[in-house]
Parts: sequence; C-alpha cells; structure tokens
Amino acid sequence: MGKRTGMEVSIAAAEAVKQANVDVVSAYPITPQTHIVEHLSEIVANGEMDAEFFCVESEHSAMSICIGSEAAGARSFTCTSAQGLALMAEMTFIASGLRLPILMIISNRTLSSPLSIWNDHSDTMMIRDCGWIQFFVENGQEVYDHVFISYRVGEDRSVLFPTIINMDGFILSHVIEPIELIEQEKIDQFLPPYQPLHRLHPDQPVTMGAFALPAIFAETKKAQEVALKSCVPKILEVWKAFGDMTGRYYHPVETYKAEDADTLLVTMGSIGETASVAVDKMREEGRSVGLVKLRLWRPFPFEELKQATRHAKNLVVIDRALSVGACGPVASEVKAALYGNDQRPSIYNFVAGISGRDVAPPDFIKMVDKAEIEIEEGKMDGYEIYGVRE
Amino acid sequence: MEEEVKGMTKPESEWTWKELPVGNVILEPGNASSYKTGDWKSFKPILKKELCIHCGLCYIFCPDMAYNLDAEGYFISDLYYCKGCGICSKECPTQAITMVVEEEK
Repeated sequence: MGKRTGMEVSIAAAEAVKQANVDVVSAYPITPQTHIVEHLSEIVANGEMDAEFFCVESEHSAMSICIGSEAAGARSFTCTSAQGLALMAEMTFIASGLRLPILMIISNRTLSSPLSIWNDHSDTMMIRDCGWIQFFVENGQEVYDHVFISYRVGEDRSVLFPTIINMDGFILSHVIEPIELIEQEKIDQFLPPYQPLHRLHPDQPVTMGAFALPAIFAETKKAQEVALKSCVPKILEVWKAFGDMTGRYYHPVETYKAEDADTLLVTMGSIGETASVAVDKMREEGRSVGLVKLRLWRPFPFEELKQATRHAKNLVVIDRALSVGACGPVASEVKAALYGNDQRPSIYNFVAGISGRDVAPPDFIKMVDKAEIEIEEGKMDGYEIYGVRE
Repeated sequence: MEEEVKGMTKPESEWTWKELPVGNVILEPGNASSYKTGDWKSFKPILKKELCIHCGLCYIFCPDMAYNLDAEGYFISDLYYCKGCGICSKECPTQAITMVVEEEK
C-alpha cells in the first residue's frame, strides 16, 4: 500500500507527472488548470524533476511544443482549460494524426460566452472528434492514477495515441482529497521509458506531417480510426495491470446498483459520485434506480454500454454540456449506441450543472421523478436544460 | 500491426489504408523525386542559350532542385519538378531566363 495523503487534486496531478518521468512540460496557465502548471514549474525549477519546462506564449504553442518534443522521442505533458483549449484546438487534431502519445489533463471549464470560469464539459466537447483517447475521472485518485495509465497505454506500440484526462475544474482541481501516492519503484516498473516507433533524429531522417491529396486522405483516416478503436484491449489490459498493482480496477463503463434497476442514471465525470448518493437514497425508498458512469469517452464503449443498460426500461442521461441546437452530447452518443437494439429503453436527457451550477443529490431525484412520469405518459425522448428559471 | 512499407514510391491512388506507416510518417527521405510534383505551375522558365554564361545561379537558387546540368554544360529546368516560381529568372545575371505562361507554346 502506498501512502495516503491529503492533498489538492491539482498538486496530486503534478506529482503524478513528476513520478511518470515526463521529459517535457509545455503549458500556459489558465483557470482552473493553473495549480498543475504552477506546481510543475516549481518542482522543475527546484531540480526535483528532470524535465524541460517551456513557458510558452499561448496554448497553441504549448501543444505545438509537445508535438515537436514527442516527435523527437520525449515524454511530453500539457494541461489546459476552456478558452486555452479553444486556442489549442487546431494542434490537437495534428497530435493524433501524427500518432504522438502526448498526455493532456483538461481541467474542464465552461467556454465563453458569457465569460465563465466554472466547470462544465463544453470545452472538451469542442474537441470531441480530435482522435485522442479520452477519459473522464470522478475524483483526485483517478486523476493521479490515470497519468500513469495514460502514458502506458498511449506509448504502447499497438496504440500510439495521445490521451486526454478530463477532470472537473474546481470540483476536483481545487479540492483537497485523500490521495494514495504510489511508491516510485512501482511506478518505474509499471511505466517503462518511452520507446518511440518513429522519431525525428538526424541519423535517420523522416518526414512527419506531410501533405495528403484526396487520393489518399480517406485511407489515412481509416487507418487512424481503426487504430483508435483497436486500442480498447490494451486499455483494458493496462487497467487490469494497474488494478493488480494498486487494488483499484477501472472499466470503460462503471455501474452502481445497476443490475436490476428499471431506471438508470447515466453520468460522466465527478457528478457520478453525487449521483450515487441519490441512488442510495432512492433505493432506501424502495425505488428501482441505478447508475451507469462513462469513464472511457473515446473510443466510445458501445458494447459495454449496451451490456450495462440491457435490462433497464428508462435511461436518464445527464450531460454537463450542451450542443446548442441539438441536445447533450452524451445523450446523442447513448441514443446512437442503443438504436440497433430490439429492446430499447426510453431515454430522457437533462443538461445539468453547466457553468458550475451545483447539482446535489435531490436534483438527481427530481430528474428521475420527472423522467419516469413523462416516460409513463408516453414521452420517449424527453430533453431539457435542468433547473432553468421560467 | 501491419508490416510498414518503406517509402511512398508508388502512386497515392494505389495505397491501401493497411499499408500506411503509423502517423503517415514518410520513412524514406527525399522521396518527392519519385513523384512528378510540378504539373500545376502557371509559368515556366525558358532559357535563351545565347545569353547563358553557365554561372549556375539558377541551379543554386532553385528551391525545388529542378535544375540539372545537361551534356552541353547548360542548366535546364526539369518541368516535372519546376513550380514556376521565377526565382531563377530573377537571379539570372544576364536575363537569359524568361518566365512564360505555361499554356503558351
């Protein structure tokens, strides 16, 4: 057992980056990601971490440097939020197209406008289609753990993809939680040094980022998509190995009291822990309610989701982001995943907790109440932005 | 993982997705010479041999290395690689190279 310490989640994330022997950190500070960068800057300056720390002029440059350093064979890290991610967005697609296993933590924050620094998932949903492996975590321990998991998965020769760890800004980034730190020897054993397949080196020149005409572009994208979908077995294998080392086992789709439930809440991120409290409360009242949490967002776990929801009559999908003009992005995906089933549950979508508005256990109960009543009345695909004053 | 094929030496339209190197990295340096890359230019250089002093500035300045020395000692632009930028014409000290519209015969 490692040492359990009370620490701010952002500091734990930075400590994990240090323990992962990252060679290059390139980041620009933005609320609520700032504490991660500040702490990394400090420990590199103090000589506690043998890495290059690049103080860049923008997030576009932060990712550009990571692409360059990763292409040269250096384990690279960056982190950002909201508007910073928007400025970086162009380069995120390039990192995955070049198959460079960079790690980025997104301390999720609302995209303007109106200007807001608080938490939701609108920032990461903007780059949903960027071709990275994308995890959502629920608490500080999961952030810390996934730094090692992400590098081990991403750098595997059968994977070679960059990874995003989505952690809710403020709700996770700025709170102090008990974190079990893993001994360095165990980390070193779990995460071997990065051995790039191709790298920029004068002894063996290669071209990265070449141009593709229409005659070959579709082939490059098919190769990328098949590769991203094919990395699921490796993710499962690494989660298993990590669980064997620490006792903490992770899964693409996680469930809580879901087996026999008629109604399932579906959540992503830290809201899942709050939802589980509401599930307990409803279970006490004898209601058949459970919880399904998506941990793996890309590649999307279609089969695991079908499996987890196969007995449910109703799904109440809670999105912390809004695709303006459509609905919540998680709900779109869940509906697409289940459309091919003969027996489909009714799906009610609530967009809740946007821009950091608190979603407490009674809110989940209200959402379940409303969904169950309306579904009973025959409404198959309800949708609303929850808690808006009329 | 599929065996990676080194070099992009066959036409793009013949590649399958399984053959592409990871990240579409080009593993063979300088393989552009395997392709005819200059078929889209608007202007092409015409050399007036009587003005040429064989200084080779066109050869040195050409950004696409399209100039080659011929048997008679003249530097001649290979129009399959020339992009028509006109740098050779600009640098030529005797104005021996003029740029003409590609369609003109």
